[in-house]
Amino acid sequence: MGMTLTEKILSHSSNSITVTPGDIIFSNVDKAMIHDVSGPGVIKVFKELEKKGYILEKLWDPDRVWISEDHFVPAADRISADNVIQLTRWAQKYGVKKHFKYGMGQYGICHTISHEEGLVLPGEVYVGGDSHTNTTGAIGAFSAGLGHTDIAYVLRHGKIWLKVPETMLFKVTGKKPDYIMAKDIILNIISDIGADGANYKAMQFSGSVIDGMEMEERFTLTNMTTEAGAKNGIIEPDKATVDYLRTRLGELNFNLVKGDPDAEFSEIFDYDCEKMEPSVAKPYSPENVVPVREVQGTEIDKAYIGSCTGAKLSDLRSAAKILEGKKVKVRTEVLPAAQSIYMKAIKEGLVTIFMESGAVIGPPTCGACCGAHMGVLGKDEICASTTNRNFPGRMGNVTSQTYLASPMVVAASAITGKLTDPRDL
Amino acid sequence: MMVLKGNVHKYNRPNIDTDVIIPGPYLKIHDHDELAKHAMEGLDTDFTNKVSKGDFLLVGHNFGCGSSREHAPIALSKTGIKAILSPSFARIFYRNSIDGGYLLPIEIEENILEKIDDKDEIEINLDANTIWNVTKKEYYSIKPFSKIISDIIEAGGLFNYKIP
Ligand code: SF4
Repeated sequence: MGMTLTEKILSHSSNSITVTPGDIIFSNVDKAMIHDVSGPGVIKVFKELEKKGYILEKLWDPDRVWISEDHFVPAADRISADNVIQLTRWAQKYGVKKHFKYGMGQYGICHTISHEEGLVLPGEVYVGGDSHTNTTGAIGAFSAGLGHTDIAYVLRHGKIWLKVPETMLFKVTGKKPDYIMAKDIILNIISDIGADGANYKAMQFSGSVIDGMEMEERFTLTNMTTEAGAKNGIIEPDKATVDYLRTRLGELNFNLVKGDPDAEFSEIFDYDCEKMEPSVAKPYSPENVVPVREVQGTEIDKAYIGSCTGAKLSDLRSAAKILEGKKVKVRTEVLPAAQSIYMKAIKEGLVTIFMESGAVIGPPTCGACCGAHMGVLGKDEICASTTNRNFPGRMGNVTSQTYLASPMVVAASAITGKLTDPRDL
Repeated sequence: MMVLKGNVHKYNRPNIDTDVIIPGPYLKIHDHDELAKHAMEGLDTDFTNKVSKGDFLLVGHNFGCGSSREHAPIALSKTGIKAILSPSFARIFYRNSIDGGYLLPIEIEENILEKIDDKDEIEINLDANTIWNVTKKEYYSIKPFSKIISDIIEAGGLFNYKIP
């Protein structure tokens, strides 16, 4: 029996001829990431181990590790500032050169940086100290989030134990209407399988719609596999993947690992994209999905275009198309996901469109996505957001409410001040 | 024989997420005792006053879904919670609890959720894979840990575990 792409990558990384779902393996790791929340956690783990006589002499491979500053930059307060100082010293001590520092050129949300900089290649095993590490799997890699003890272990040993997941396949076909974005597709999938529908499993996407999808949209799909509990999200690499990486890394040859034709999937789901509606996930779960028109007219206090899910260049372009020549009716914030994307948005005139509409442009940061800082929600406030989670208190006060939607829906809602299907503008 | 004894704190709802267990603004904090003060703040602001050392949580399925923040099992364990009983756990929360050696995520059948009440006193026997409900005088079974999980628990966390 053949192997799925996830199984194939894990068989290579564990030096096994084959692996089967359920197998416990010790996998070699190709790349690892920490940020300003998981990084200090990792440092703390090593400090505690030091007290027990275990000294970390050197990392397994500092060139395979990178650091993002994203959750609490610009420093939200003194503790956040100290965390970054601590992380910087640690990186210098252990020779981690890929440190994407706030205020020093390229930096941004860790998952965006990972693909924007071409840090992970098809076929690799990549782990990050953040749950949305799944995002990078759209490049055709095994990409999964871990806690800081596990990441500390990887930084020391270059390997980690994993249970080989079953793979669920989502085939998306049909003619994709202009107003449907990857966000609508993944929200509909999560709605069908539930917030734990893919717990411990791999979610793979295929079909003509995925084939025709630009890379940035693909990252939206894999990003939100986390919201269905998935271990990893993955898409087989193709010409779009290679073109995307070559733009960033030059004329390299990539090892385009694919699944076997006779691979076995635990479940196969078919979606006809033509039948999909622009959708929102209502509070307080990403599985709580309805067509926008069902809640059309719900008044909002704020529109938020940000995060690793919804502030890539393609997201900003889609939002700008809707906001062009219009004025926003509610507080609207746009936070590009990385410095490089911010710069492209300026050059393309998107930032002018946003500012003329009345929106505020913030620096790349996780910001209010996790309720950290930069425009968190107050008591009972309602927000239309391009982010990925709407748990109680996620973006601020526990009584606030977040509706998750595509950049087009959020932009349309910003103009009317109410949840709005872009077709009804 | 490994037997844990304590009282149950029951929150019978599914999908209790990490933002509820330890809200985002506290992620910058890495002092474990400080984190404990805010455990479950998004659900029950009185939580930390109710819990005594060695107690258990009884919760609905998919407990700990959401972020990879290890702050979640850390904060709960530092309040005194020794084990969590649930029909299922989100994968990163489960791993973090075991690999960090903080507390035990124990899987139970969905119907046991109805049989145990808030404040019941129970004894968990990890060798026999049973729960003895002292208050109700009833036995229930728990799902045994897989081999690697029980080995890591025995080692006291991933860093002490030797790859076979
Ligand atoms: S933008 Fe939001 S979801 Fe993405 S890494 Fe930051 S906090 Fe997490």
